[in-house]
Amino acid sequence: MATIQSHSSHDAHADLHEEHAHHESFITKYIFTTDHKMIAKQFLVTGLLWAFVGGLLSMFFRLQLGFPEMSQEWLRPLLGDWINSSGKIDPNFYLALVTMHGTIMVFFVLTAGLSGTFSNFLIPLQIGARDMASGFMNMLSYWFFFLSSVIMFCSLFVETGPAGVGWTVYPPLSALEESIPGAALGMTLWLTSMSLFIISQLLGGVNYIATVINMRTRGLSFAKLPLTIWAFFLTAVLGLLAFPVLFAAALLLIFDRSFGTSFYLSEIYLNGEALPHVGGSPLLYQHLFWFLGHPEVYIVLLPALGITSEIIATNSRKPIFGYRAMIGSLLGISVLSFVVWAHHMFVSGMSPFLGSVFMFLTLIIAVPSGVKVFNYLTTLWRGNIVFTPAMLFSIGLVSLFISGGITGIFLGNSAIDVYLHDTYFVVAHFHLVMGAASFFGMMAGVYHWFPKMFGRMMDNKLGYLHFWLTFVGVYMVFFPLHYIGIAGFPRHYYTWTNFEAFSGFTDLHAFVTVAALITFSSQLIFAFNFFYSMWFGRRATANPWRSNTLEWTTPVEPGHGNWPGEIPTVYRWPYDYSKPGAIEDYIPQNIPYSMTPGSNLPHENELVDREKDDDAIIIDESETDTTK
Amino acid sequence: MATETVSMNRPKRGLWDGGQSPMNASYGKLMMWFFLLSDAFTFSALLVAYGMIRYSNLANETAVGGLGTYVPSQEAWPVPDMVFNAVPFLHGVHLPLVFVGIMTFILIMSSVTMVLAVEAGHRMDRRAVQKYLLWTIIGGITFLGCQAWEWSHFIAGSDTGISLADGTKFYGANLHVNEYGPQLFADLFFFITGFHGTHVLSGVVLLILIFFNTAVGTYDRRGHYEMVEKIGLYWHFVDLVWVFVFTFFYLI
Repeated sequence: MATIQSHSSHDAHADLHEEHAHHESFITKYIFTTDHKMIAKQFLVTGLLWAFVGGLLSMFFRLQLGFPEMSQEWLRPLLGDWINSSGKIDPNFYLALVTMHGTIMVFFVLTAGLSGTFSNFLIPLQIGARDMASGFMNMLSYWFFFLSSVIMFCSLFVETGPAGVGWTVYPPLSALEESIPGAALGMTLWLTSMSLFIISQLLGGVNYIATVINMRTRGLSFAKLPLTIWAFFLTAVLGLLAFPVLFAAALLLIFDRSFGTSFYLSEIYLNGEALPHVGGSPLLYQHLFWFLGHPEVYIVLLPALGITSEIIATNSRKPIFGYRAMIGSLLGISVLSFVVWAHHMFVSGMSPFLGSVFMFLTLIIAVPSGVKVFNYLTTLWRGNIVFTPAMLFSIGLVSLFISGGITGIFLGNSAIDVYLHDTYFVVAHFHLVMGAASFFGMMAGVYHWFPKMFGRMMDNKLGYLHFWLTFVGVYMVFFPLHYIGIAGFPRHYYTWTNFEAFSGFTDLHAFVTVAALITFSSQLIFAFNFFYSMWFGRRATANPWRSNTLEWTTPVEPGHGNWPGEIPTVYRWPYDYSKPGAIEDYIPQNIPYSMTPGSNLPHENELVDREKDDDAIIIDESETDTTK
Repeated sequence: MATETVSMNRPKRGLWDGGQSPMNASYGKLMMWFFLLSDAFTFSALLVAYGMIRYSNLANETAVGGLGTYVPSQEAWPVPDMVFNAVPFLHGVHLPLVFVGIMTFILIMSSVTMVLAVEAGHRMDRRAVQKYLLWTIIGGITFLGCQAWEWSHFIAGSDTGISLADGTKFYGANLHVNEYGPQLFADLFFFITGFHGTHVLSGVVLLILIFFNTAVGTYDRRGHYEMVEKIGLYWHFVDLVWVFVFTFFYLI
């Protein structure tokens, strides 16, 4: 392809990249690195390890739910005394499994593993920067996350078990160490770990925002940014505004637990004994928590939507439909995400009037979400679709986003929510729309950017197998849960065989468990593909997907500083696919309009003069030319 | 590879078209701004919690007749004028909010000297930066000292105290019980002013660091005093937050 070198009079971009060419030791290259690409890989590998831990935990409690009569004696080598004398999972450990599964998946996999990986990897590459604004803070961000991971992982092994009060850690259960074993040391470690996690998010977030604002290459206005960057940018803003509120909530909870304050504790008896606490309100915690908790849903989802936008446009070989509408809907979702938190609290005894206000605001989110869905579908419509594994996962995301989103409209209605609250319907809803959809976005991102990360291709056939097993599996797991939920089956229950009303669900629960086991096992295909391809995969070319964004103008394995020469200048938006009159079906962002006279629209021809004014364009003819 | 320069003209690009800092601020300054925005949300959450708890309690109505009629009660939120009325060396004199007013004045004056330090930094006047940073540090430490006195007085309590249900007398305050009002009054006071005090303390540490760097000429060698400006932003923020904390705890 044509290598276009632009040279400008201002030397701001003539960075001292040669300086980075010095030899690096193992420690500075792989461990305490400040290179955003390596930090992204650290986040990715840590996130994937967590995904397997979190998934494994869910297998344990699915076994209990699916086969309540089965002896789990065979798990004793792994779980030890958590299998009690009658060969069952200890009920307290069941609660801990549910709690840790939620915490790990929401925060460690889909927050740190998803936006930590792709914000770090793609922001500098797609905006044309040598690295993040502050590489050092970026490194700190990872190591705070690592420390938080270590503490959370250790909490799995303490004697009283890890935190077992639900991933939302509602007081008073979580505030009283004596309430259940899962509120003892495990809960303290949970709070410590989450505080460090919040610091990591903050360090990462200010970095992403400052980088996107200040370090875009010449020509790359916000109106030309790839949608991935828009999504990462808004995700970082959401994290920056939401996590500090969780921080405040967690600090108050720490005080209630350890220093005897009563912020969340009102008059309460424990084991028949009155506690000295008076005057606090557990609802205060719920408000503070969900002020984070709801934006958190979008912190998890927006990066996946951004990744999907990019992959769907690239592999449909069509411009994204409604680029500005996509940005608008991202902005709309971001703003709305801060004013809907109380829909998690419809049954907490709030005023019905307030409930209807939050219901109204919640249902408005369907509008920008619908805009996104229709834009995905219209982008795919009559596209020249290339079914790479990444594309399949992106289409899978759209499917999950639709089916999970529709149940969101049910749950957003406060009247229906009174009935469905805390049933498996809610579990099915958020696993589809936020859990599985974001996970599909993450997988799509891994398959799509793997060549740029490791210089090799992942195996397509294994990718297809992984996709179909996962896609069918996810629906097999979560679709039946809707029915179980509508029938009134409550979440978090260790056993339900004592209730005659629910005995009709034994077969459905068993089905779900088998599906979950298959889905989880099929992730091993991915694990194999990922690590095998990292060393033995087919060598990648610099731009294997024939994509437009700037990261594909770097060498196959970009070094420290990303571009060996000058940073490219951006002339056009990132979605010039199948442009009529163009020689190829894609025109990268760094190709000036002066080089594509055949495909320019009238207003683009007017830009040609300005380009000449801006920079001198030098075409390096020594390399093979495919865009001519 | 061949490169040549065709045009030396400044490109006709907009501020936000890339290749430059659109807000004319370095990334470090942007990061400080966004950190402060984030921190503002932490404080907002705490103050909202204060508001929610405050309004779920009754107001103490006995203060209408002044000090003579005021009776602290465990059932009603105390009146700040009656709680924060002590000044060092003036034992027993009713001086509502005088001491905290002095504290606030000191903190605001330290913001003024911070502005002067930043301004001197723009002029690259190292001696002036040092002088004003030192005044700011003194202001910050004085504020912390005042807060320590305020806390110890709050903890030690008044001469009268209150009678507890079991008949014993209780003076002052801790996290479980206090003589001024409901348990949460002291909890919130300790937590929020403590959280703010921690911010002031970090600010003083940062100020001492940049004072040291200024004194050894680090910023002169670097060619700019931007670090002073960034710490200045933080210091003003802490000052602004105090205005809100002051309003919540002492005025309403």
